[in-house]
Amino acid sequence: MTAVAAARSGVVAGRGGRLLGHAGWALAVAAPLAFLGVFFALPVGTLVLRGFVADGALDLTGFTEVFSRPRTWRIIGLTLAQATVGTAISVLLGLPGAHLLYRREFRGRGVVRALVVVPFVLPTVVVGVAFRSVLSDSGPLGALGWDGTFAGVVAALVFFNYSVVVRTVGAFWVQLDRRAEDAAAALGAPPWRVFTSVTLPALTPAIASAASIVFLFCATAFGVVLVLGGTRYGTVETEIWVQTAQFLDLRAAAVLSVVQLVVVAGALLAAGRARDRRERALQMTAPERASRPPRLALRGPGRRAGDIAAVAVTGAVGVLLLALPLATVAVRSLRTPTGWGLDNYANLATTGGRNALSVTVWEATLTSLRVALDATVIAVVVGGLVALVVSRRPRARARRRAVRLLDAVFMLPLGVSAVTVGFGFLVALHRPLGLDLDLRSSPLLIPIAQAVVATPLVVRTVLPVLRAVDSRLHEAAAVLGASPARVLATVDWPVAARSLGLALGLAFAVSLGEFGATSFLARPERPTLPVVIFRLIGRPGAENLGMALAASVVLGLLTATVMSLAERLRHGSSVEI
Amino acid sequence: MAHDGSPVAPGAAPGASAHPTSATGRGLAVRDVVVHYRDDDGTVATAVDGLSLDVAPGEVVALLGPSGSGKSSLLRAIAGLEPVSAGTIAWDGADVAGTPVHRRGFGLMFQDGQLFAHRDVAGNVAYGLEMARVPVAERRARVGELLTLVGLDGFERRDVASLSGGERQRVALARSLAPRPRLLLLDEPLSALDRALRERLAGDVRAALTATGTTAVFVTHDHDEAFAVADRIAVMDLGRLLQVAAPAELWHRPASRRVAEFLGYEAFVGGSSRVGGLVGASSEALLALGPGSLRREADGPLVGTVRSTGFRRGVTELVVDVEGLGEVTVVEPSRADPAGVPGAGEAVRLGVDDDAVARVAG
Repeated sequence: MTAVAAARSGVVAGRGGRLLGHAGWALAVAAPLAFLGVFFALPVGTLVLRGFVADGALDLTGFTEVFSRPRTWRIIGLTLAQATVGTAISVLLGLPGAHLLYRREFRGRGVVRALVVVPFVLPTVVVGVAFRSVLSDSGPLGALGWDGTFAGVVAALVFFNYSVVVRTVGAFWVQLDRRAEDAAAALGAPPWRVFTSVTLPALTPAIASAASIVFLFCATAFGVVLVLGGTRYGTVETEIWVQTAQFLDLRAAAVLSVVQLVVVAGALLAAGRARDRRERALQMTAPERASRPPRLALRGPGRRAGDIAAVAVTGAVGVLLLALPLATVAVRSLRTPTGWGLDNYANLATTGGRNALSVTVWEATLTSLRVALDATVIAVVVGGLVALVVSRRPRARARRRAVRLLDAVFMLPLGVSAVTVGFGFLVALHRPLGLDLDLRSSPLLIPIAQAVVATPLVVRTVLPVLRAVDSRLHEAAAVLGASPARVLATVDWPVAARSLGLALGLAFAVSLGEFGATSFLARPERPTLPVVIFRLIGRPGAENLGMALAASVVLGLLTATVMSLAERLRHGSSVEI
Repeated sequence: MAHDGSPVAPGAAPGASAHPTSATGRGLAVRDVVVHYRDDDGTVATAVDGLSLDVAPGEVVALLGPSGSGKSSLLRAIAGLEPVSAGTIAWDGADVAGTPVHRRGFGLMFQDGQLFAHRDVAGNVAYGLEMARVPVAERRARVGELLTLVGLDGFERRDVASLSGGERQRVALARSLAPRPRLLLLDEPLSALDRALRERLAGDVRAALTATGTTAVFVTHDHDEAFAVADRIAVMDLGRLLQVAAPAELWHRPASRRVAEFLGYEAFVGGSSRVGGLVGASSEALLALGPGSLRREADGPLVGTVRSTGFRRGVTELVVDVEGLGEVTVVEPSRADPAGVPGAGEAVRLGVDDDAVARVAG
């Protein structure tokens, strides 16, 4: 029985159309499950097994050995510390931003809202390069001495996740019924008491939701930590890479992957709980009652001290944390050993000083675009199917539980580190399931790995839109004679299509910048742009650094262009993480 | 304009002709239907409890009952949107249990319209016709015809978001009538509108239904609406039917005290009791008094004390505590000069308007 029909009727009729419907839904469930099974569960599972099993027998010596190393404990401690501090600062800085961008109206608010999202989609390698150029001794903030320190890494993590807090909390905040605050004020509470006694408690579910997701992103950060942390600072994620690529200790890497899975599962669990609470809290407020936010007033009778503080904090974040690193990369990409010029960009057609690369940067760019295109198609098809299935509300309780389970299963890759996926591909896809084929040489391998990483974002973009379709709209179509398939085509599709632009853009941007999985899988003769940038900054020579900066600008611009095109297509939908 | 009411609903059983002369076996037959309602937390309640109802072709039946009485569940079960736990629902003698929603040829109009936001007015009205694969030219003509019927001439290209609440419901009505459903189910279609609009639209809905000869079940919790729209009214409470009758009969001969109370009757005189000039009709029957049953008379047989006075749309309402009866509302035309209207605490004498006293069947 189709889920649509189950959701609507529960009336079973053994007709041909029904049978076709069953087959369609079975396929819609099976295709993503198979994809995730082979390209996510299999690699990750193999990896986990490798940590526990040696020569066909349970063997935990790998664990005892890895955990007896002081280095392991230091890395775990660093991972948790970085994630905790990064999350706390992101939330503290993000709250004023959410207030300003979602609870106040001012000219240019739309532009600022769009700009704030940019860091989230920027490739990690680009951000790493940007923070390095700001914090290096010759950079504008070199005096801080943060280059290669804990503080530098945390600053970059906050850069990424600031927008997650602003958007998650802001989207919730805007729907809060402001009359509760009005009531508190009318009862004599001064503005700060209104905030601490009414607003903040009401926001807690959204803050918890944002914090757990930010913690997740911080704990699984890879590219930015690898670039900024140097040898002293790392996370479990970078350590897996170091153990694999430098020490060739696959056993230790597998053990660390298991550790990473535990951290991620914990954070995901917390995130899921917080999301449930947030959704429940939202059901209590009627969105149509939310009136227009007041205009921002910094002078005159309407001014509020809280607003002034929010503007100050958000302004400082915008200039120092968000704009400065990006501007520095752009400016320094124009600096050459002999002065200013476009030499670095001209060099993108070469393979770098002392042949640092095996291909030119432009060739790598082309590879990146091709790979991203393939990955986007895969991610949107798989993610679209998942969103469709998960958005159904079947009547039968068992089926409803199955839908919820499916939802959770497909969120796993969002948390499970890209490095684990990439590493898992290497380990598992050689003779997968005993079959005599080596998927590792397939040109589709990198697109598939990137699609695994991008799929949850596609789901989170399309799903809220599909869920927002009133089930009675389906019923209205059905009583007017629309078969379940035509209900999908005439009611759900026109609505979902509007969010597809954003989903496409996000998937494309994510694959363009994907570094964690790709760094394991990219073949030396066909590297992608982020891989090339990372290689360039690892090589000596001012020429190579200049090229890395120029390539970062190119990658950043590509990403920004894709996202702004997607924003144009999106018509008011947004990604809900 | 094809107002013959012949259904062209997709998949409708062929040969379901328009105006049968006899009601027996034709039209809608609901027999001993039980509908369970499952809440989100998994608890199951019985929304419809062994209910039977017949609706003849071309007839408009109102399902009247307080909220939570199971009216909407019954309607959704008839439409096929809610599973039936027991009993049968048949159209022209054929059980529809195995027929999925979209092949039943039953229309359903929602309380809040549920218009498709991504389609304009014409696109909404044409939706059912598209599903029935009606040719474009015919579709366009039918859309124009329906919009005229509901008083929205020239609204074809309007965005549904730009419509007022009343206009939306008109579009929803046109949309559900367009494919000529063999049965139209209306689920509190006017409840979300303000009072004046509701009263006007109730008349318009009645006109549209009779003009198209549409068989309809109209769910409402508002008596005035039910009286304005329906040929017969089925009073429903706690999942069961209390009475099915024509409006006048229902009003003057409520089947039980519960029905009379729901209709707004306030005081009851039962058995052989004798209050003033009123005599209980018989040992079994009950007399029901409501607003308008009593009027002030200088030498009236009943005595009461005014509890409160109110003013409502051209009438003065006096709530009077009548000796031996309890509180009854006395309604009289309001006057510009409030002198002469007794205030709270004053004693008044009252007479009985026999025509405005209902006889409750035992």
